[in-house]
Amino acid sequence: MASIDIAAVRKSYGATPVLRGIDLTIANGEFVVLVGPSGCGKSTLLRLIAGLELIDKGEIRIGGRRVNDLPPKDRDLAMVFQSYALYPHMSVRDNMSYALRLRKTPKEKIAAALKGASAKLGLDALIERKPRALSGGQRQRVAMGRAIVRDPQAFLFDEPLSNLDARLREQMRFEIKKLHRDLGATSVYVTHDQIEAMTMADRIVAMNEGVIQQVGSPSDLYDNPANLFVAGFIGSPAMNFLQARTVAGPGGMSVTVGQAEIAKVPPATPTGPVVLGLRPERITLTAPGQGAQAAVDLVEPTGLGMIVHLDLDGQQLKTFTTERLPLKAGERVGLMVPPGSFCLFAPGTGERLAG
Amino acid sequence: MRNPGYWIFHYGLLALFVVFALFPLFWLFKVSITPNDLLYSEGVRIWPSRMSFDHYGAVLRHSDFPLFFRNSVIVSTLTAFFSTIFAAAGGYAFSRFTFGGKLWIVGLLLVTQMFPLVMIVAPIFRLLAPLGLTNSLTGLVIVYTAFNVPFAVFLMQSFFDGIPKELEEAAMMDGASRFQALLQIIFPLTLPGIAATLGFVFTAAWSELLFALMLNSSTAASTFPVGLLAFVSKFSVDFGQMMAAGVLALIPVCVFFFFIQRYLVQGLTAGAVKG
Ligand SMILES: Nc1ncnc2c1ncn2[C@@H]1O[C@H](COP(=O)(O)OP(=O)(O)O)[C@@H](O)[C@H]1O
Ligand SMILES: [Mg+2]
Repeated sequence: MASIDIAAVRKSYGATPVLRGIDLTIANGEFVVLVGPSGCGKSTLLRLIAGLELIDKGEIRIGGRRVNDLPPKDRDLAMVFQSYALYPHMSVRDNMSYALRLRKTPKEKIAAALKGASAKLGLDALIERKPRALSGGQRQRVAMGRAIVRDPQAFLFDEPLSNLDARLREQMRFEIKKLHRDLGATSVYVTHDQIEAMTMADRIVAMNEGVIQQVGSPSDLYDNPANLFVAGFIGSPAMNFLQARTVAGPGGMSVTVGQAEIAKVPPATPTGPVVLGLRPERITLTAPGQGAQAAVDLVEPTGLGMIVHLDLDGQQLKTFTTERLPLKAGERVGLMVPPGSFCLFAPGTGERLAG
Repeated sequence: MRNPGYWIFHYGLLALFVVFALFPLFWLFKVSITPNDLLYSEGVRIWPSRMSFDHYGAVLRHSDFPLFFRNSVIVSTLTAFFSTIFAAAGGYAFSRFTFGGKLWIVGLLLVTQMFPLVMIVAPIFRLLAPLGLTNSLTGLVIVYTAFNVPFAVFLMQSFFDGIPKELEEAAMMDGASRFQALLQIIFPLTLPGIAATLGFVFTAAWSELLFALMLNSSTAASTFPVGLLAFVSKFSVDFGQMMAAGVLALIPVCVFFFFIQRYLVQGLTAGAVKG
């Protein structure tokens, strides 16, 4: 097990910069999830750590040792690929023991490691099979098994669950988390799925366009997004963004959408246009006449609750509630935002404003 | 379900094609077992009234054919061997690496395939003669290898392209060097491609006539296509023996394909990535 230090790392393909200066420290035993939209450079960063691509500028250290110029085989990292990349001509046993055999590990040790890993992953009955005789979920397990027999410095995962169906994905999420709890291994997990990031991570690294946008615990990113990108990327249904203003009134500073006052803000907030971020489930619906006035546009039941689309002074917004309200399109409702459950962003830069 | 008429038409067409393709082979065999005295009197009969294997005996015992045959086996086997090695190395590089001038090299490889061979026989002769490589099997192997490598490279490249890059990356993460990954992971998966390339080059070399005829004039260094011409004399053509020699010449090709066919049909990469 080891920590991973990434300092000022840059990478371009030809003239296109893909990573524009990445600084990140991953502590020993930590489960870090790199999340961001497709094409933002997550896999590239993972492959730089793995040694499958060379760094243009900057430095990567694993367990304190500079690895910039080390080939993958000397970095002692295990990687699980999105495509699983199982060796098709080898049985499950040989797939899983390949790394140990390359290291000339004694036979008894290999057998013991195989036994432990296949028991953990429920692969005992499949050990003699070839990959083509396995289902997608089983292949995924073998790919995991290939990584855990080795006891490497760290695990790297590149979207390991995205080829599975939703139910299996949920189950594997849980199993990977449990494996991490049992093994305590440093893990870097790449995904574009914010739910995977939220549910699995000790710390989330949100990336966009080759730049880290925010690093923090799942609740940090959810409650205190650093900018519009993170606010919009994390959470489902996504945060509402409304064109709003902060104004000084007789009762102090407040944020308004059109004529409607939504919430009070601290007196130090400068007046002017802002982007108001509202999480759908933190908006309370009330009877018309109370709070800001809006019209119901559409109601989407989800089983767990319902998503109510509202029109607030010409702007669209969604609210989520677990109550089953008898709402109809066109009906008027009031909405209230409890103090402290909204975010303000600067309209130009998208950065979070205090308050 | 389609109607029976469709299937009759379908198989009828296939049968027609098979008959068309195999008829010359059948005729080759038929003439080779027709005794000389019946050759012209029963020339167009589908099967002669009497069979004999005299032509085979004559070819094997009283002609230089066994020598030509041996030469052909040597030349074709070595050509297939060397071409495939070069093609595998080149195909791998084209498939996996980016390097300066790659496009130029690909272009040059294509250019070599553009000239009619007749155009370059004379220059090649001029090149090989001072080196003592005319009238030599070595010379033929070199020339054949040179001319087969470009196409074989593209063939091998397409097979390497079909093997996911992640497989060798996974091997390297597992602690293999690039060469170990190539040898232990990629090579076993490329066997169908190697078999196809071997087969392609072997048959090309086996049936090549132009260079064999122009570069090697001595009997000792002639290959069997040249040898076949020996059955054509100024006054007659010994069809019976010529056909018998032709049938014999088919044997190595058949044996060769018998051994490699199992690799040709195997879809070894199934199950590597999500199936
Ligand atoms: N080998 C490559 N050559 C050129 N461009 C690449 C290469 N690999 C990735 N890219 C580009 O780099 C960007 C980031 O890719 P990647 O790290 O795979 O994104 P993701 O976050 O989806 O994993 C993409 O725009 C992609 O097109
Ligand atoms: Mg990716």
